Amino acid sequence: MKRLLITSFLLAAALGVSAQPKTTSEGIAEYRKMLADGNPAELFEAKGEELWKTRRGPKNASLEQCDLGQGPGKVKGAFVQLPRYFADTNRVQDLESRLLTCMQNLQGFDAAVIAKTPFGRDEQNNIESLVAFISTESRGMKMNLPTAHPQEKAMYEVGKRAFFYRAGPYDFSCATCHGEDGKRIRLQDLPDLTGNPGDGVGFAAWPAYRVGNGQLWGMQRRLNDCFRQQRFPYPGYASDLTIALGSYMGINAKGAESIAPAIKR
Amino acid sequence: MNRKHMKLGAVMVAALALAGCAAVAPTPDYDAMLQSMMKASFRDQGIAKVDRLQQDAANAQCSQAQGKDLPDATAKAIESANLKTVKLPSDGKFIGDWKLGQKLAQDGGGMTWTDKSTDYSQNGGNCYNCHQLSKAELSFGTIGPSLYRYGANRGVTDPQSPTAKPIVEYAWNKLNNSKATNACSDMPRFGQAGLLSEAQLKDLMALLLDPESVVNR
Repeated sequence: MKRLLITSFLLAAALGVSAQPKTTSEGIAEYRKMLADGNPAELFEAKGEELWKTRRGPKNASLEQCDLGQGPGKVKGAFVQLPRYFADTNRVQDLESRLLTCMQNLQGFDAAVIAKTPFGRDEQNNIESLVAFISTESRGMKMNLPTAHPQEKAMYEVGKRAFFYRAGPYDFSCATCHGEDGKRIRLQDLPDLTGNPGDGVGFAAWPAYRVGNGQLWGMQRRLNDCFRQQRFPYPGYASDLTIALGSYMGINAKGAESIAPAIKR
Repeated sequence: MNRKHMKLGAVMVAALALAGCAAVAPTPDYDAMLQSMMKASFRDQGIAKVDRLQQDAANAQCSQAQGKDLPDATAKAIESANLKTVKLPSDGKFIGDWKLGQKLAQDGGGMTWTDKSTDYSQNGGNCYNCHQLSKAELSFGTIGPSLYRYGANRGVTDPQSPTAKPIVEYAWNKLNNSKATNACSDMPRFGQAGLLSEAQLKDLMALLLDPESVVNR
């Protein structure tokens, strides 16, 4: 039954009308390819789990002692409480900036180098598998970001201001597209992220597997492409402004069920 | 990256410490924190430089309003300042080629960091991203109102005629500078922001107002 549901979802995704319409035969070809592969997000999840447990990096260590907010090595439930404040770094971190901390401190990688690496390459590739694994471990749980620490409150407030910040050649802000319910760009539905958009929508749906390009995108990559289309300059990977936006959207989504990694067009 | 984070962290800690020391804790200055965080978080990429983050009065006021209406006087001031930027067509003609306009309306590209140049020729009108315009094109967005039968619904049978003049001028102002008629409009200022040339704007005018256009047929 579950497989059937996934299958029909994939079929719908493959045949779905997109901004650049593809022919039915192209859609079917894509669908067959997906079936041959199985549920593609599962491959990323499995690779991520292996990466988590494998000794790697200059220090030849695994990530099994990484503290994602629930204590060293505790992965279950971590995703739905991020971004959050971490005492050891004295800052609010989202999943990806926290992974950078762990990869640097435990494995000896240079976090700055990874942050500068283009998406889809080298350690950035590995991070996308890791976020697939980590988010899977919280699938079905409800978003529940902590808000008690003053820095968490500050990141929410700054993130809210960032969300409404209009600028650039098009005068766009995040809210231009995501400030009202029931709107679309072309045929793409746009969730209203100024409130709780509901179970498995918006912040509770990323990381996600993208059928259109076969890639697994974490929230950082999602935000990066939003800013590109917003005609803004380039947001640094795991930069504080992106984390603040995560705090804003994540706290707004309190109680929404996480379906990450979701499947997207 | 780490140094940036440390600097920003220090700003945040300082702001929070200040808040904590006062007898009655004042609200931390989140607007100042936003500014320093923006500065530290964005960088130039291709044609998309960090100077794009600077706001004019309209963007600053509308951002602060966070989706709520501006006070009437503020909105009026923004609208009249923006109306002043609108240049009338150099040859007095408002209407170009609707077929070129349709092509432009379909094109959602331009001005991103993956675009090669900011030249007019590289920019699309992005119209269908947000508006319905023709009956045949079903892939349209809904952030803006439907513009299907824009001219026909307003009784424009000849856009050159004196009776059509108010509608023609309104549309010209809207396309050139959407903030001239609505202070916090979601629409880009295609003329004022240097996104589209006068000729391209005329083609979009034709798409909206030419009785032969797909919008009106």
